[in-house]
Amino acid sequence: MTMTTGFIEARRPPAAPARSWTGARITGHVLMALWAIAGFFLLWYLTEAYFSPFFEKYAEKYVSGFLVTLQIVGISLVIGALLSVPIAMARNSRFALLRWPAYAYVYFFRGTPLLAQTFLIYYGSGTFRPELASVGLWPFFREAWFCVILAFSLNTAAYQAEILRGAIANVPKGQWEGAMALGLSRPVILFKVILPQAMMVALRPYGNEIILMIKGSAIASIVTVFDLMGETRRAYSRSYDFQAYIWAAVFYLFLVEVLRRVWDMLERRLTRHLAR
Amino acid sequence: MTEALTLLSFGDAGWGDQIAMGVVVTVTLALATLPFGLTLGFLIALAKLSDEPSLKAAANIFTTIFRGLPELLTLFLVYFGIQIGVQELAKLLDLNFTIEINSFVAGMAALAVVFSSYASEAFLSAFRGISKGQYEGGYALGISKGLTMRLIIVPQLIRLALPALGNLWLILLKDTALVSVIGLADVIRQTGIAARVTKEPFLFFSIACGIYLVLAVISSFGLARIERWSKRGEASR
Repeated sequence: MTMTTGFIEARRPPAAPARSWTGARITGHVLMALWAIAGFFLLWYLTEAYFSPFFEKYAEKYVSGFLVTLQIVGISLVIGALLSVPIAMARNSRFALLRWPAYAYVYFFRGTPLLAQTFLIYYGSGTFRPELASVGLWPFFREAWFCVILAFSLNTAAYQAEILRGAIANVPKGQWEGAMALGLSRPVILFKVILPQAMMVALRPYGNEIILMIKGSAIASIVTVFDLMGETRRAYSRSYDFQAYIWAAVFYLFLVEVLRRVWDMLERRLTRHLAR
Repeated sequence: MTEALTLLSFGDAGWGDQIAMGVVVTVTLALATLPFGLTLGFLIALAKLSDEPSLKAAANIFTTIFRGLPELLTLFLVYFGIQIGVQELAKLLDLNFTIEINSFVAGMAALAVVFSSYASEAFLSAFRGISKGQYEGGYALGISKGLTMRLIIVPQLIRLALPALGNLWLILLKDTALVSVIGLADVIRQTGIAARVTKEPFLFFSIACGIYLVLAVISSFGLARIERWSKRGEASR
């Protein structure tokens, strides 16, 4: 019979074998090196450009363009959100007379380029100038800014209506019934039971839609609105300096990246009860 | 009404043939971009799946940049960037020439880059839908890595990625409209010229919208067909 007379010393795990230089590893390092060179070059270029007359001359314009972009996106998104509610309801309606026009609306605005829609509203309204002038709407359609807001709002309304429809359809009926059985009032049910659950589904697509709008808003520059892209094009056409576009890229990437981070935070907060 | 028909007729009196040329350019651009975008997107998805952290990071940087930039800006960056890059290079090598970058090629490059960064996500989520056993089964039969990918994984991958890729194709078709800004004679540019000359902007831009809608409808029929084809293996079940 054997008896234990002591503990065996715990031993360190064997050292991990050295990773070999596989094709993937070499490619990865080469690509990362390229990105690093590009990044350093960009940083060097921008710090140098920071002290150049270009930056001094156009910095203010860029900031004002940035604010115009934010304005256009913000206003269009809010108007679109308001419009999307009746459209989503019509899409779900029992009456074909409501359902079909809503379907056609959504199909049209999702099936054609935003650029074509903007042109149709901005230039196309010229065809109806006498009629529009007679009802006093011509000053509205003459301004590119208003036309852009109108086109973007109508466009995002179609996309948001689809998001909303999908999200509400996703909340099971039993949630309504359960809440009603508890004697909750309808507004309480809507705001405390249904919407938080619908938002969980809708949050990601809404975030994507905002990013799409930010990116799409660059189209405003084509119809002479001086948003971030418009200021960029003006700066380039005056200076022929390529850094005009680099600065715009920095601004847009910053905006989209910030939004993405905020959205990730929001999503974590909304789904915190699901986190394991 | 007859006036509008005259304006749209083919031949000298109308703009029909010019617009038809524009349609050809739009469709050609989208179709020419597709193979490059798909290949690049597939490679990026493979890089993101790799165990190698540096490769993954490089792929993520690429998609973060090109999904964050407006398509219009990417287009200008490519269009003017290539031109200036080539000129700088020429200066460096002491050569004396200037080149004009073809707007079709610039548009193709920009759209392919944007398309590929979105397509990589579609491929990535499709890859996640294929179980590890499929690879292991392939290796157990002694099939090489490349052949396992080609004969076992990709056919399933196509089926899983197709709905997302179909949406990306429709987005690509719409994004080609942007290339009109750097002077490509596509649907938007041709109808724009017609609108300016005839002073009938509403008619011609409606036509442009209508053409994109028709292209979208045709595409969705085509996509439905491809989807049926990709699912032919499931039909008996």
